Amino acid sequence: MIWIDVGALEDLPRQGARLVKTTAGCVALFRTVADRVFALDDRCPHKGGPLSEGIVHGDQVTCPLHAWVFSLETGMAQGADEGAVRTFAVKVEAGRVLLDAGRLAKQAAA
Amino acid sequence: MAMKLVVIGAGMASGRLLEQLFEAGFAGTVTLFNGEPRGNYNRLMLSPVLSGEKSYDEIITHDDAWYGAHGVACRFAEQVTRIDRERKVVVSKGGETPYDALVIATGSAPFIIPVAGKDLPGVCTYRDLEDTNAMIAASTPGAKAVVIGGGLLGLEAAAGMAARGAEVTVIHLMGHLMERQLDPSAGYLLQKDLERRGIRVHCKGATKAILGKDRVEAVLLEDGTVYPADLVCMAVGIRPEVRLAVDAHLEVARGITVDDRMRTSDPAILALGECVEHDGQLFGLVAPLYDQARVLAQTLLGQPAAFCPVETATRLKVTGVDLFSAGDFADGPGREDIVFRDPGRGVYRRLVLEGARLVGAVMYGDTADGAWFFDKIRSQEDVSAIRDALIFGPAFAAGGPAANPLAAVAALPPEAEICGCNGVCKGRIMQAVEAGAQSLDAVRALTKASASCGSCTGLVEQVMALTLGDGFRTATNPPMCRCTDHMHEDVRRLIRAQGLKTIPAVMQELGWTTAGGCASCRPALNYYLLADWPLEYRDDRQSRFVNERNHANIQKDGTYSVVPRIWGGVTTPAELRAIADAADRYGVPMVKVTGGQRIDLLGVKKEDLPAIWADLNAAGMVSGHAYAKGLRTVKTCVGSEFCRFGTQDSTGLGIRLEKLLWGSWTPAKVKLGVSGCPRNCAEATCKDIGIVCVDSGYQIGVAGAAGMDVKETEALCTVPTEEEAMEVIAAFVQLYRENARYLHRIYKWVAKVGLDWCRAQVVEDLASRRALAGRFRLGQSVSQADPWADLSAPKERSQWAPLADLSLEAAQ
Repeated sequence: MIWIDVGALEDLPRQGARLVKTTAGCVALFRTVADRVFALDDRCPHKGGPLSEGIVHGDQVTCPLHAWVFSLETGMAQGADEGAVRTFAVKVEAGRVLLDAGRLAKQAAA
Repeated sequence: MAMKLVVIGAGMASGRLLEQLFEAGFAGTVTLFNGEPRGNYNRLMLSPVLSGEKSYDEIITHDDAWYGAHGVACRFAEQVTRIDRERKVVVSKGGETPYDALVIATGSAPFIIPVAGKDLPGVCTYRDLEDTNAMIAASTPGAKAVVIGGGLLGLEAAAGMAARGAEVTVIHLMGHLMERQLDPSAGYLLQKDLERRGIRVHCKGATKAILGKDRVEAVLLEDGTVYPADLVCMAVGIRPEVRLAVDAHLEVARGITVDDRMRTSDPAILALGECVEHDGQLFGLVAPLYDQARVLAQTLLGQPAAFCPVETATRLKVTGVDLFSAGDFADGPGREDIVFRDPGRGVYRRLVLEGARLVGAVMYGDTADGAWFFDKIRSQEDVSAIRDALIFGPAFAAGGPAANPLAAVAALPPEAEICGCNGVCKGRIMQAVEAGAQSLDAVRALTKASASCGSCTGLVEQVMALTLGDGFRTATNPPMCRCTDHMHEDVRRLIRAQGLKTIPAVMQELGWTTAGGCASCRPALNYYLLADWPLEYRDDRQSRFVNERNHANIQKDGTYSVVPRIWGGVTTPAELRAIADAADRYGVPMVKVTGGQRIDLLGVKKEDLPAIWADLNAAGMVSGHAYAKGLRTVKTCVGSEFCRFGTQDSTGLGIRLEKLLWGSWTPAKVKLGVSGCPRNCAEATCKDIGIVCVDSGYQIGVAGAAGMDVKETEALCTVPTEEEAMEVIAAFVQLYRENARYLHRIYKWVAKVGLDWCRAQVVEDLASRRALAGRFRLGQSVSQADPWADLSAPKERSQWAPLADLSLEAAQ
């Protein structure tokens, strides 16, 4: 794993998200009400909605375009909808958010 | 040889009979006569047709294709005039039709009270589609209608006409409404509810005459009261239609006498429905009629069967009125009452016990436990062990979890009847669901549960919910979302009553089942708290939908549209230049004039939003809230300043209204229009709130719509001055803000609470109007800040850009 410091935890709003631009597209970093941080593709598999603009509730996010709900942990669509969003490894250390660039690089190459 | 079956009357009872026959493979030929020029439709649903909630097409139960497919010879609009029993033929204008077996299903005729004027044009009954259409035609807004008879049918007729805007008076002979089904207390609550909807109720009123020259003009009562009337509907009762049977010398008491197998005194002639009398009893509700249809079908097929009438329960099909009654609730020796009242919620429950058994139940306002009580009445079980808590229903009496509304249904045994009309029990619905019926429609198709009058729909859905678990969502009267069992209205009430001032507090105190709510309840709670505690609550941006969070409208490609406020649709060359410059500077792909007299800049990138806002701010423009559940636009015409027809300064009033109302959050979007004369160039009469100026002042209409639904505004009031118009509108908007459920537009909310109630609060009661307008201004004192200015401030700008950009590093 190659951890890259992408910013401070305090720059992520609780129950909100920020974007990280990568060569493999935009990655959305989510912070839950319990301060857990997750990283997912910022693209709903349904119609490409920006998940970073969705409402974060529990460990889930609801897509702003057509209200599909995804688990932030697994990226799987919840309920009756079928689909999944890619997830990326992310961790918080000393108030900094670290994203695994190894996986990103692999995808960029692929 | 195949049996020749002739059926007289195509109503609900004979319709069910034919279904049963064909399902069992009946091999004979069927000829069906009907006086009405059509086949069978669901007569119980005429009330929703009258109120406009359904169309006739939706209530047809058997169409031409159905009759055709089953080889039924339909003789509609053809009355049978005589039965010749000796030669076994029926006679009609089409000649003679022979039968091997004859079924009389002529139903009933409305009772006409024998008073002067009863035959005047404009007097109708409430029986068939013709009556319904006559009432619809007469129920223009402001028309006056009088309904004689405050029973089930009369009240449904009254509510239906009132829903269409007629001024309705109900005259009832007895001391309280629906005295056959309700006791005086429940009758009183019902009367209050109807009066709140603007229906006048006159009990102990005996009709003396119907007045009018060429058509009905008024109704005169014995006590001298006169009610003007454009239409009079007589709904005082029905009597069996037995003329054919009497002429044929069949045995007839009040109805055509039938035995347990539905045979008349002539073994070749059978009868069913409202025209029969069985064991001294007449039948008016649909459930026993369907039972008769089953028995009669079996008799025709040569199978043993016996009709045995059972207890029936009553519900009133008036949207928003919840009442239930079953069994016998008259006072008597050895009978005891258990009564529960909650005047604040308008809830009343009364149980009648005889010894250890429950014999009657009357419920008003909260009827969720009706089926459970009904089951106790029918099973005649000993309830003395649970008597302490019996009145609180199954949740307590059966020892179940108190807070779960499904507990009442869960506590029912499988044989408990859920759908009274079609005799469908809980077990049958559960079987259908387990066999794959996952939707209400599928369950209806398979079992007929809730397919007739529909009042048990909620119960059917609860049984489905129990059987399906989490995979099912109810459609009627649902909880706010899956995070809670509370409905929107309850949540609003509890927020105020318990002084809850944060989203976590609401979730904690009201027992939310999820940790952080969901995308459905969080925006609603955020709005409720903002509206109720304007000075204390801090808006939670993360509980807003994307458009309100970003103060711009997201487009399908993830870009945004930007709409500056153009007050009353009036702009300046300087503003237009600033808009044009902004469009150039940020490469806006489309500049579009909106329907609300503004200019939309479409295709702006998220990271450019703060900069374009700052530029527009610099030219003196603010957010147009084109994305908000809040005030959108005030559309105006040019009015008396320029127009030769204008009666008032409609443009100026529009601008002043927009300055008064902008920035306020509301349950759903609010659009206004102000027209300077009745030519109405600003199309004010299809807006949420529309003002039409006239010489003498300002006509204020509300509850219009021009979206998925199209609806004209309804007149709220006419006021002489601009100041008064502004105060009425501020008060009305505040009433909406405080009472509507989230996402309900004004027209939906008004349909629920009634325009008369709104008018009483904001027009008639001056103190209430001032208080509402005062609370509105208080809220505005903190909400009229331009969000674009706040969010484009330097310290806020970084949040609009990506947190990091790794694409550059990776490319190196």
